[in-house]
Amino acid sequence: MTLHMKILAGVVRHIILLTTGSLVLAPFIWMVSLSLKPPAELFSSSFTLLPEHWFAVENYTKALTAAPLPRFMLNGVIVCAAILLLQIIICAPAAYALAKIRFAGREVIFGMVLIGLLIPHQVLALPLLILCYWLGILNTYAALIFPFVVSPFGIFLLRQFFTSIPDDIIHAARLDGLSELSIVWRIMLPMSLPAVIAFSIVSVVSHWNDLFWPLLVVQTQDFMPPSLGIVTFANAEAGNDYGPLMAGATLVVAPLVICFFAAQRWFIDGLTAGSVK
Amino acid sequence: MTSEQSATVDRQLRIDTGSAETLAGYALIGPALVLILVLFILPTGAVLAIAATDWHLGAKTLSFIGAANFTSLLADPAFRAALFNTAAYSLMVVPSTLVLGLSLALLIESGKTLRAFYRAIHFLPFMTSLAAMAIVWEMLLHPTIGLVNQVFAAVGLPTANWLRGESTVLPILAVIGTWQSLGLALVLFLAGLKAIPQDLYDAADIDGADGVLDRLRLVTLPSLAPVSLFVLIVVTLRAFAAFDIIQVLTRGGPGDASVMLLYALYRESFEYFRTGYGAAIAVVFLVIVIALATLQARVVNSRASHP
Amino acid sequence: MASVSVRGVSKSFGSTPIIDGISLDICDGEFLTLLGPSGCGKSTLLRIIAGLERQDCGTIEVAGSKVDHLRPKRRDVAMVFQSYALYPHLTVSENMALPLRMRRLSALQRLPVIGALLPNTHSVSAEIKTEVARAAKALGIDHLLARKPGQLSGGQRQRVAVGRAMVRHPAVFLMDEPLSNLDAKLRVQMRGEIKELHRRIGVTFVYVTHDQTEAMTMSDRIAVMLDGQLAQVASPQQIYTSPADRRVAELIGAPKINLLEATPRGEGLLAVAGSTLALDSKLDGGNNITLGIRPESLQFAERAGLNTLTGRLRYVEHVGADLFAHVDVPGSSEPLVARLPVELASSLQSDQSVHLRVRREQALLFSADGRRLSEGDDQFTQLRSCAG
Repeated sequence: MTLHMKILAGVVRHIILLTTGSLVLAPFIWMVSLSLKPPAELFSSSFTLLPEHWFAVENYTKALTAAPLPRFMLNGVIVCAAILLLQIIICAPAAYALAKIRFAGREVIFGMVLIGLLIPHQVLALPLLILCYWLGILNTYAALIFPFVVSPFGIFLLRQFFTSIPDDIIHAARLDGLSELSIVWRIMLPMSLPAVIAFSIVSVVSHWNDLFWPLLVVQTQDFMPPSLGIVTFANAEAGNDYGPLMAGATLVVAPLVICFFAAQRWFIDGLTAGSVK
Repeated sequence: MTSEQSATVDRQLRIDTGSAETLAGYALIGPALVLILVLFILPTGAVLAIAATDWHLGAKTLSFIGAANFTSLLADPAFRAALFNTAAYSLMVVPSTLVLGLSLALLIESGKTLRAFYRAIHFLPFMTSLAAMAIVWEMLLHPTIGLVNQVFAAVGLPTANWLRGESTVLPILAVIGTWQSLGLALVLFLAGLKAIPQDLYDAADIDGADGVLDRLRLVTLPSLAPVSLFVLIVVTLRAFAAFDIIQVLTRGGPGDASVMLLYALYRESFEYFRTGYGAAIAVVFLVIVIALATLQARVVNSRASHP
Repeated sequence: MASVSVRGVSKSFGSTPIIDGISLDICDGEFLTLLGPSGCGKSTLLRIIAGLERQDCGTIEVAGSKVDHLRPKRRDVAMVFQSYALYPHLTVSENMALPLRMRRLSALQRLPVIGALLPNTHSVSAEIKTEVARAAKALGIDHLLARKPGQLSGGQRQRVAVGRAMVRHPAVFLMDEPLSNLDAKLRVQMRGEIKELHRRIGVTFVYVTHDQTEAMTMSDRIAVMLDGQLAQVASPQQIYTSPADRRVAELIGAPKINLLEATPRGEGLLAVAGSTLALDSKLDGGNNITLGIRPESLQFAERAGLNTLTGRLRYVEHVGADLFAHVDVPGSSEPLVARLPVELASSLQSDQSVHLRVRREQALLFSADGRRLSEGDDQFTQLRSCAG
């Protein structure tokens, strides 16, 4: 290939990728753009990226006050943090037992984990809803958290990692007097940090973004996580008040997008691993 | 080390005898095991059981009706529409995601500059809240002030009320679905491309297959075949589980033109409270997912045994 | 068939120089081995000859004409890769036929369905098939033609890779560590087969390895590469008995050559390890030098005397017919290794004092900067070009 053709190919590559990239980003750009504009400009037939009259403060103020958006975000943080914490507390010892301890019934239990991995959550929504009703936890944080406290995917992923840790390290830890549980916390988990991070990303992203389950178990805005909150916001009074609505959507999407750009490699690796489930 | 010492060490290593190890195993896995039983295994059994009844959510009585729910599903035009729509939607989303994902991956990998940047921006939709972005899509597709119609009108293309037209609603949902899954396919293909040994390209150069198309046909595409099958299944599973965009954008409308499996499940179970009927849909959905997942496991295994 | 000339070739990756101004003439029909530790640039030089890598400066000539502007497929070279690089989705016969198909069939003729309809495709394909079958038979893999690479053992894959290179009848065979993925036993066998192949087809072979045994057993000449430069180009025997410098001497030979600090005393005398050796060389007194003695150049002696070194036996290793005595001598932290007949085993005990006589005609002297100091200096330079 001559030098000219190489340069030409490079230019064509960038042109195509920039075009597809901007098409993919168009909804995000438009969302932010509208969130900065006053109502009058939304209906103007000529589209501009930036507003003539900046209306950002008004839109974002309204998004934060008219609907309990800060509340949704806080709910999201509480629910995601609680789910992740409980998942790790429950899954790590289980993964360790499946990876490194021999006991009767281990294969059967691992089989159950695989079955759990296979079943889409929506299939179980109905019995789980009834269970939450029996427990009297409908319309509370507990209903949002409880069905997810054990993650077959988490057990599976951590087990894969734990299996690759040499037995000798565990033997050495036992000789040093560590209990089985402290081997999990002080040896296995720190040594499996990449898996823990990948799993954390999958867990937080999926529960921050989940709509299906919150839709079933939460009726009042006090407990709504961000995705359900913004949808409720869109259906309610703000339905035609597009500026604040877009400001709200921006705020719901922003935390994960910021984390994504800060730790791109981790997000991509984690979520691709998560897609296998 | 004396034999006495080594025996002590042995005991410590094996946490004493077998029964102690068994005990430790159960103690560690206990909480997870109980929760898996309560949250996964028993509910699955419950769904299968409820699917064989005529139960309405909240009703005090129910009776066993066998496979009647399934036979009426087959006769139900709304369910048939849901199955048809899900299949049609998947048939649009899956090929376009695969073709676009592969083309973009090849394009990104063909140069050395800005690789991470292009990967990141194409991946972004995959990790953002689809519910929130669906609201943005609604604005984009707004019949009067939406960007899509504004642009189409400006360049002389026909405009439409995309989400309210029976013939446009599924394709437009498929566009959104592709937009969301594209990044996943792209990243999986990029990983597959990275795994192709450079030696194969060198061998192709020496053997005389050094044109772009020859290299693609001789090395790149055959090497990507297992990854492609994997991406195909993952994206199909996601397409079959489409829910958020329907709930936010169309609620299955107009008519039943955009009802899909999960939305039908949701509507029957939790809006119409025809719980037994909804459970039957859940069973159908489960069967489809298990079939696809079994295929996926086979692909993963065959990939592991033939590197 | 063709000679290969490398003239002043240099290559850097970023700011790291990999190859530093190498010139080398490889004769028509010669088996030349590029030997060196990993990272010395030998594989890069091979890839530059193949055209897979572009040199920063210098030229490559094949059969007397420059090939720098030619792509790999036009250079009339074939290559066997360390990983074999077989196309995993093609059968053995398709793998072997590929270089011929790419050359003899047009792009249109290679298309799946359309190609079959075009005139000539059929006859050319049949011809290719015959040639592949012939090559496969010669390599003893004719029963594997329908299999895929994934169903073959390492040795079979290796043969297929050689077969794919062979069918084209290239002017030059390039081999990049082709045996390093095989187990020890198979490696010995394949060594013989490749040498036999070279003898039979008689084309130029350029063979890259880090294994001195492969280099010593197979090559007509060895080019020793160290840190991107050629340290010596000579026949295996010359490389062993007459290394150009200390690094080459250390690279070749197992166990490694013994190196001792020595001080010339004038009149051919050398003070080393507490003894004095009488060597015939005309050395000036003063400057410290290094004495190199191969393990087999040391003989057991009953008592101290002329040209003997005295030390304390650390331990003895038995290797069948011979034994290696590890002897601590004054002034050296490493023990001296002597290859002695196994019959001596009973008379050797650890910690006893032993005397070793140096065969002085086999002793090698190196200056402080590592260069060889002795009579036969001229023969290294002369062997850089083809002996004919």
